Amino acid sequence: MMVQTPILALLLADLLGLLLLIPAGLFALQVLRHWDPSSGHARQLRLEKRTHLVAAILGLVFLAQLLALPLFVHAVDRMALQIVGAMCAVGTLNANPWGLPALLLRIGLFFLAAAWLLMHRMDRRAPDYPLIRAKYGLVLLILPLAVVTAGTQLAFFLQLDPDVITSCCGSLFSQDSESVAAHMAGLPALPTMIALYGTIGLALAAAGVYLRWRRGLLLFGTLAALSFPVAIAAIVAFLSLYVYEHPLHHCPFCLLQPEYGRIGYALYLPLFVATALGIGLAFTSAFAQREGLRAVLARAAPPLVVAAATGLALFAALTAWLSWQSNLILLGY
Amino acid sequence: MNARVELHGVRKAFQEGRPNAFWAIDGIDLSLPAGGVTVLAGPSGSGKTTLLTLIGCLARPTEGRVRLDGRDISGLPEPFLAALRRQTFGFVFQRFNLIRGLTVLDNVMLPAYPLGTPHRSLTRRATGLLERLGIGNRVDAQVESLSGGEAQRTAIARALINDPAVLIADEPTANLDTALSLAFLDIVSGLRADGRTLLLSSHDPLVREASVVDRVVELRDGRLVADHQGKRGPAG
Amino acid sequence: MTELRRTLARQRYLLDHTVASMTRRRARNLGLLLVYAAMVFLLASVLFYSSALKHEAALLLAEAPDIVVQRMVAGRHALISGQHAQTLRGIRGVRAAEGRLWGYHYDPAVRANYTLLVPPGAGIEPGTAVIGPALARARGAESGDVLGFRGHDGTLRPFQIAAVLPQESALASADLFLVAESDFRALFGIPDGQYTDLALQIPNPREERTVAEKVREALPDSRPILRDEMLRTYDAVFDWRSALVLLPLSGTLLAFAILAWEKASGLSADERREIGILKAIGWETGDVLAMKLWESGLLSLLAFLFGTAAAYWHVFGLSAPLLAPVMQGWSVLYPDFRLTPAIDATQLLALFFLTVLPYLAATLVPVWRAAVTDPDEVMR
Repeated sequence: MMVQTPILALLLADLLGLLLLIPAGLFALQVLRHWDPSSGHARQLRLEKRTHLVAAILGLVFLAQLLALPLFVHAVDRMALQIVGAMCAVGTLNANPWGLPALLLRIGLFFLAAAWLLMHRMDRRAPDYPLIRAKYGLVLLILPLAVVTAGTQLAFFLQLDPDVITSCCGSLFSQDSESVAAHMAGLPALPTMIALYGTIGLALAAAGVYLRWRRGLLLFGTLAALSFPVAIAAIVAFLSLYVYEHPLHHCPFCLLQPEYGRIGYALYLPLFVATALGIGLAFTSAFAQREGLRAVLARAAPPLVVAAATGLALFAALTAWLSWQSNLILLGY
Repeated sequence: MNARVELHGVRKAFQEGRPNAFWAIDGIDLSLPAGGVTVLAGPSGSGKTTLLTLIGCLARPTEGRVRLDGRDISGLPEPFLAALRRQTFGFVFQRFNLIRGLTVLDNVMLPAYPLGTPHRSLTRRATGLLERLGIGNRVDAQVESLSGGEAQRTAIARALINDPAVLIADEPTANLDTALSLAFLDIVSGLRADGRTLLLSSHDPLVREASVVDRVVELRDGRLVADHQGKRGPAG
Repeated sequence: MTELRRTLARQRYLLDHTVASMTRRRARNLGLLLVYAAMVFLLASVLFYSSALKHEAALLLAEAPDIVVQRMVAGRHALISGQHAQTLRGIRGVRAAEGRLWGYHYDPAVRANYTLLVPPGAGIEPGTAVIGPALARARGAESGDVLGFRGHDGTLRPFQIAAVLPQESALASADLFLVAESDFRALFGIPDGQYTDLALQIPNPREERTVAEKVREALPDSRPILRDEMLRTYDAVFDWRSALVLLPLSGTLLAFAILAWEKASGLSADERREIGILKAIGWETGDVLAMKLWESGLLSLLAFLFGTAAAYWHVFGLSAPLLAPVMQGWSVLYPDFRLTPAIDATQLLALFFLTVLPYLAATLVPVWRAAVTDPDEVMR
């Protein structure tokens, strides 16, 4: 195992998250079984008080995941120095089979926590707790995901060994240790480009439809959520190549490095915001059968839709600009 | 300003599920029309204060329904009850419950913080209220330095800051001498003239028999035992 | 838009009220802040220090040869013949191969090891020496003074100090003692043609591995060490060391979390009453929760700022007097050097995780418990 401060910090964050989420999960079971908003009895009052604790816990988990993502990526990137053949984060993540799943699970956890918080905000505005069952069902989904994320990350770090010189052998050690795959493989550029601009275009159209006619919120949320994997595929397939001006460097992480002006943050930030909002809106509207919630959504959703659509548009615009100003030519005319 | 409060079969248990459980309010039906001054009378332990907390949304009934303008508010989630406490019901506590270490003005403005009212208009409103209550010169005083009468006026100003339709006062004259009690009744009559609904709990004869009172409701052991007109006669 | 403005105004009111209520309980909050900041300071010092050392090591190794070839006898590092350099020069990809002479000398006068080194090229006159700043300080020597060393055969050999190395060349040069080749051989009794090791220059980094393999074939008793490997090793060792120092500190972290929990749950009657009043006059649980979280957040932020600022000053201003003995460990002559400030965002983020997250987690439940105080509590 590599013993490093960021690793300790990440493990600690996961541990704390689990310590808080496990009671939240048990509480979710109680809510699903005993919730009765019309009751004024002591148990119902206790349950209602607990909902605030669960919201605070999910808020903290969300904050932790929000910060854990860049920490994880940068720590992994730094570790590449200690692993033969690894040039950046991709190499470290490929050093054993747990790396990439750990990252993807973490992203999933982040989005679910964000969606939960958004549902919670909407729920609090309607007087009959319309989303209470959906929300606590989601807690029961988040908890196992957090467990799996923590486990995967632990396995990743435990199996990650630095290639250091030992007294018995010098470079032979490095020679024998198998070199990790330093690059990612990308999809072909042109179809990915079409998929990216197509998906974002559809999402923006759906946003327009919703803002004009207040219809199709679920569709917009789903499209916004779907934009995330497509956007990541696009970054790997062509955008990274344009930015690095190197035909083989398909890395979604080096974009975050100062060598490239940390342009990645400008790309990922709107993308993550849009996706989180999209997932949250999709979840909320999927359960919005009750009248009270519809009224709440009609008031609260439009600005969120605008924010998410702006995020997607920013991402698409920045992608287009980066591709256009690059010296690399990927597509022949 | 319009706030009709109706109670239907309201009961409130304390220490629910324990051996020492008891019903502090044990089945009350009551209708309070908007406007006018109502006094809840009765010996201590009769459930006056508990009933005030149920009407003022400080607590929820264990059973039964409380309606505000026909809308059931007894099953509302906590944030909505808090909103009612903030905007529909102003509460003046027996021991005033001002927050020590803050000035009179800060204490008065506290209930408006969660609303995010712009600071300037909020300050203007608070000073206006304090002036109307005759303590405009104590705006920047620390509340520890206030006399009993000044503390009560500060508490009244705090209860009125969000312009509630109903003002509830729990034993308002318990800590005041006769002169201050009469001054309080003056304030009550001014607020009544504004069209506010006033609900007081008191076992002080001075209050029960005051000329401003429209109606006296008597409680005993958590039940309603008498309901008669006050000095002023029927409201309106 | 008005909704946004209201939300912001609400948060500002809550923040103002929090600050006011924190200053009213000044003593308690200051105590907690002090302990909190001290903990951040400790962890931050370790992190800053190890990253500064890593940075120094990387600078040092940037000038190191691409491959160093050592001869091993019975698993131990032994002298290597200069003739092998000739053999190695024949390997494709090797531009130059030079013998190096270096070693350690224990000086009983200051009870410390010096690093003796023959600089490449004919830099130093026989009978003279250039010494590192720490060594100069330890022996009270200046340029022109004479220092005597007892050689391997017991004879005393005087060296006139030709120069003292400048202070800023930091860590590695502090205990250096640079001498001429003939003096080095005489002092340690190393025969002509034998060297400590051989340094290879390989212009193309991609060929390093192949060259190393060929060195092993040509000289089966040798051990080639790549600069990359050294860099990797130093990196890992420093990471490992800082984590090793941090691990026992996690006990401190736990103790602190318990303290924070205690402080947060031990609400004074006064504070409980205050929250009850706020609830009764129309604050909802979310408002109180937000206020208490502001309190935790402000305290964390202040502690984090004070702690890291103090650690920065401790490590880069004062050269980490509290940590140097644990972390440095190159030789006994701790150089009085200034570390180059080297901090990256990843470290600060990790530090934030290690300190702020446990605090927030530990105070979450007590804060919630305070926030759900029943509004009718004030009536009882």
